[in-house]
Order: sequence, then structure tokens, then C-alpha cells
Amino acid sequence: MTEEIIIAGFGGQGVLSMGKILAYSGIMQDQEVSWMPSYGPEMRGGTANVTVIVSDERISSPILNEYDTAIILNQQSLDKFEKMVKPGGLLLYDNNGIIHPPTRKDINIQLVEAAKEAALMGSTKIFNMVVLGAYLKLKPIVNMENVMKGLKKSIPERHHKLLPMNEQAIKRGQEIVQEVQVV
Amino acid sequence: MKELRLMKGNEAIAEAAIRCGVDAYYGYPITPQSEVMEYLMSEEPHKRTGMVVLQAESEVASINMVYGAASGGKLAMTSSSSPGISLMSEGISYIAGAELPCLVVNVQRGGPGLGTIQPGQADYFQSTKGGGHGDYRLIVLAPASVQEMADFVELSFELAFKYRNPAMILSDGAIGQMMEKVYLPAQKERLSNEEVEKRHGSWASIGKKPNRERNIITSLALQSEVQEKHNFKLQAKYKQIEETEVRYEELNCEDAEYLLVAYGTSARICQKVVQLGREKGIKIGLLRPITLWPFPSQIINKLANQVKGILSVEMSAGQMIEDVKLAVEGKVKVMHYGRFGGMIPAPDEVLNALEEKLIKNN
Repeated sequence: MTEEIIIAGFGGQGVLSMGKILAYSGIMQDQEVSWMPSYGPEMRGGTANVTVIVSDERISSPILNEYDTAIILNQQSLDKFEKMVKPGGLLLYDNNGIIHPPTRKDINIQLVEAAKEAALMGSTKIFNMVVLGAYLKLKPIVNMENVMKGLKKSIPERHHKLLPMNEQAIKRGQEIVQEVQVV
Repeated sequence: MKELRLMKGNEAIAEAAIRCGVDAYYGYPITPQSEVMEYLMSEEPHKRTGMVVLQAESEVASINMVYGAASGGKLAMTSSSSPGISLMSEGISYIAGAELPCLVVNVQRGGPGLGTIQPGQADYFQSTKGGGHGDYRLIVLAPASVQEMADFVELSFELAFKYRNPAMILSDGAIGQMMEKVYLPAQKERLSNEEVEKRHGSWASIGKKPNRERNIITSLALQSEVQEKHNFKLQAKYKQIEETEVRYEELNCEDAEYLLVAYGTSARICQKVVQLGREKGIKIGLLRPITLWPFPSQIINKLANQVKGILSVEMSAGQMIEDVKLAVEGKVKVMHYGRFGGMIPAPDEVLNALEEKLIKNN
């Protein structure tokens, strides 16, 4: 199994930390992982993205030109990465701020209204965990127990009191993901 | 017992330095390598091993602090990124001239000048052909994974002390910033002066003993005859390093009809290119130099007898290709493909370049 993922959105949406949790979860179940961020000017606002690879085999290039899954959290990223999803691959997106929704006919498209849901749950900070939950519902490449271990590893200890809320957000994401197109 | 962690390449270098008993780190922040010192500062290694971590006032100061600590037989290191290494180059030349062991880490970014903060590999000439003045060589190791970022710290010091020569880890912003699994070695004790002397000889200036002459650390010899003699000595040492310390990795070279030569991040991308090419029925192999100096010329020369063409893939306008061409001795066509200024080539781009530049014309 090799899953090649791009997570892309605005800086501050928790794109990099979502990738880190996925990578840690992979390690928890003895898989190979790589986490390759775009860094630099993007970190100071604007778009941010991270390529995460989880695999049973040694990982070759951490930089890719096509992905099994694109998790898209803003319009700029949708414009950039929709065309880079492998045919038959998955595009998961949050429609908050999306004016031009995805148009490809040869990929699976799923929608998660994570921004809206996070607001309903009372904390916009758990937005990325709602998205992660939706992704894991569609592609359970790591099991929930390892995700929780990964989460614990990647969150500083002083924030461990927030773990239950994050878990709840992941579960909520799994519930609310909506099918747009299945090929 | 090795410890498993998920770390950035830069953090792996820092943690490995603490664990292999480095005595001192001097540096000055610059993207994309700032995590090295950031990590060292937050780990407070003075509490763990007594290691000194100091932010100097500039890169010039950092390298001269390394010069001083290395003179005392200490394991001293610095790290920077391209423009910072240019500033250090005078000091590196002095350290090479004075025959001192130390480690300089370059997490390259795109240049020239201040360039960009994104990854690059355009410091190949600077690292392997002498960024500073005079006839000197650095032992240059090129890690292609976070694991190698950690492993090469100890290897660099081992080689540096074995030959009394500065070593360099030539990495780039991509490997510095990416996170991968890394197995960290167990903590080693720092060496005492006596242990250093026992292990590496008594050249260090750690106080004159009555039974020997003074140890003088210098890169200055005003008498030309003396300086020439010193140069002969250096050249003999470099020859020995060339004969004994070449390191490389081969991937699918046995039956390869086309060969990629790439190091560091480019080599990782090329691993994927080998896979993509073979899926299309093109027999591609990859030769990854691990030491950029000494360069793996012999194996490339040997593979040139077998393959129809060689593509040197670098995040530069074409620097390593010169060494590849020298190694090949005109036996087959050698072409270059690269992106630069902070751009990273994608695997499909490299495969297209191979097909365009080498296969179409054959």
C-alpha cells in the first residue's frame, strides 16, 4: 500500500499539522512516511501545502506530480491541484470560500463542510480534525487507535487536555462527509 | 538501543550532534537551516552532555569559533545555508590549510546572491572545488534522507578526524525541512582531552607537555619552500582520501540502458523516475554519489561501458555534470537536466527530459 496525499489550504488552517498527525499515525503502525511541506513565504499567510506519503515500502520521491488524494481547503489550491489528482483518485474539499467547485469527471469527489461544522462545534481550531476525520472515513489507511497515538505525539503535552475535543472532531468529520461524485 | 522519531532533517542533524558527543556548535540563523540551532537551543545540550551551543554575531565569527575549538582537538561544527557558507569560505580555507577536523553543514537554497529560501543544489562547485582560496579539498557527504542527515554527522567527524580535514554535509532545503522516520543512535559521552589525544594523536593545542615540542596550529608559512612542502603533504592526503573514501549507492544499475546520476533531493526524485521508467519498459538505473568529493568516478566510468546515455540531474544549471563527464571519458553521451532558483523538478519532468535528450536521438 502506498498513499500519496497533498493537503492544501491557507496558512493557519492546520494543513501542516494535519499532515504531521497522518505521518505520525503511519509510524505508529510501522509504515514508512514522508512529510514534505511547502515552506517560506507561504508560512507567513497565503497558501500552504504539504505532501504526505504513507507506504509499506521505502519511499522514493517526497515530491510528486500526481496524487492519490488531494485534500483541498481553498480556491487557489483547488485551481492548482485538481488537475494533479490521479484518474480514479480522490478529491476531498471544504466548500467554504469555493466559488468554482471541482469539474473533473474522472475522479471521486467528496465534500466536507468542515468550517461550518467546526463553528457549530464551537471551535474553529478543530477545523482540520473534522477534515482529517472525513478523509479517514473515505481512506482508512491508518486505524483510529493509531491516529489517536499520532495525535498525542504531535500535540505538545500542555495541550493534551484538548485531545478529547480533537477526537470528537475527527468522529464528526467521519459522519458528515458527503458524496459528490463517485467514478 | 536505537530510538525511532519523526523529525525534520535539520532537527535530525542537531539531535545526532548531541548524541555523538559533539563538543561545540557555533552558528548564525538563516532559512532553510535555522531549525538546527533552534533545536539545539531548545534541547539545552549543555545540561545533557556539556555541549556548547552559541549563536555568534555572524557566519564569519561562527566559522572562526569552529577554527578555534577544532585547534583544541574538539568536535566542533557549524551549519548555514548557501549565502552563509559563502561568508564562511575564507575560514574554511584556513581550517583546511591548518589541517583541522570539523563539520560544516550546508542546507542549500537557490542562488546566486541572496537568491531564494527554497531548496537548491547550486553550491556543488563551491563545496567540491573549493569555495575558499588555495589548493584544498573538503570531504563532502550528500544525504538523501532524514536518516542520513543523522547518520552523516558521526561519519563526518570520523572522517574529519581520520584525515585531519574539514568535512561538509551538503544538504538542501527540501531534506532539511521534510520529516521522515529516523532511528537515532544511543547517547555517547564527549571525549576528554586525554581520550582525544589517545584516539587522534597529539596534534591538538591543549597545553604543551615536557616530552614534546609545541603544537602549532597555523595556515601560514611565509617561506615558499615550506608552503610547497605543506601543499605536497595535503595533496598526498587528498589522494589517499580519493582512493579510500568514495561512497555511492546503485539502484537498478545491473541491467540499466540509461543511467541517472543524482545526489540528495534530486536522487530521491530520480528513484521515482527509475520506477516510472521501468513501468514504461525503459531500463533506467540510478547512481547516487554519497561522497561528492571524493567523487565516484570509477563506477561511473564502468557503467559508461554498459549504458547508452547518462543524465545528470541536479537542482542547478549543471555543475556535477562536469565531474560525470570527466568520469565518462567521452564513452557515452552525458546530458544535464535541472531546475534551479528554488524550483524542484517533478519525477515526470525528469523522465520526459531523459526521453527527449537521450532516448529520442539514439
